[in-house]
Amino acid sequence: MSGFDLARFMNRGSWGHGGRLGITLHAVGDDWVEMALPYAEDLIGDADSGVLASGPIIALMDMTTSLAVWKRVDAFVPHATLDLRIDYLRPATPGRTVIGRAECLRVTRSIAFTRGLAHDGDPADPIANVSATFMLPEGAYPRSSDRGAEQ
Amino acid sequence: MKLPPYAAVLKATVELAEDGHPVMVMPFHDDVIGRPGFLQGGAISGLLEVAAIAALQHALESEGGGRIKPINVTVDFQRGGRDKVTRAEGIVTRLGTRVANVEAVAWQDDRAKPIASARMNYLIARD
Repeated sequence: MSGFDLARFMNRGSWGHGGRLGITLHAVGDDWVEMALPYAEDLIGDADSGVLASGPIIALMDMTTSLAVWKRVDAFVPHATLDLRIDYLRPATPGRTVIGRAECLRVTRSIAFTRGLAHDGDPADPIANVSATFMLPEGAYPRSSDRGAEQ
Repeated sequence: MKLPPYAAVLKATVELAEDGHPVMVMPFHDDVIGRPGFLQGGAISGLLEVAAIAALQHALESEGGGRIKPINVTVDFQRGGRDKVTRAEGIVTRLGTRVANVEAVAWQDDRAKPIASARMNYLIARD
């Protein structure tokens, strides 16, 4: 079972909050996902410094960690974010695109644990650290082929 | 009260409670949707953050103001945000010299049934 194509899934056009913010899929690996949030003046949170608001960065990381779960289970599932914690390590540099990178740590029957980082060019100098938990309101997360092998 | 440009993206405006405390109001619109018919978590988080900053600015006004820098935010998503007006309010639980602890709650019909709540820590640079 490996029919879930993240790039194709994300290529359905621009819509909703992510579309308004201009968030796009940046790169996908075997066990990680990256999304990009382009800098825009209307996303500024501090008019004096031009630093992006934290809302768009939370939106970016919410979407990226969610995609990391779908990547892990190799399917789209309509789950809900249970909680998200973000540490702002430093302000994003005005003018730079923010890249969110996330991985899924573990998937249980109805809960998925993730972690992620946001940076604006240098992954070794991150702007934010995130951990997010997702919950499936009904049913169970599918078992992907590689998880099946662990059992 | 000076709101950040991002508040305009959310179409969030300030409503003053009877005691003068700011409450953010956000209509349901295309730019804040996640899955069809529901608010995106990032938009809810964004509204909570704007509410927290508005509450903190309000609290700082009587102390000569100051610049606010976010340290961290933890958001709990408690109910799906539906096709309705959303309100959010920040509560400054402690205003120290250097750090402020703020809680924020977002709700739709009933303040007692929040759709999300958050805890924030802010660093304050006093003017």
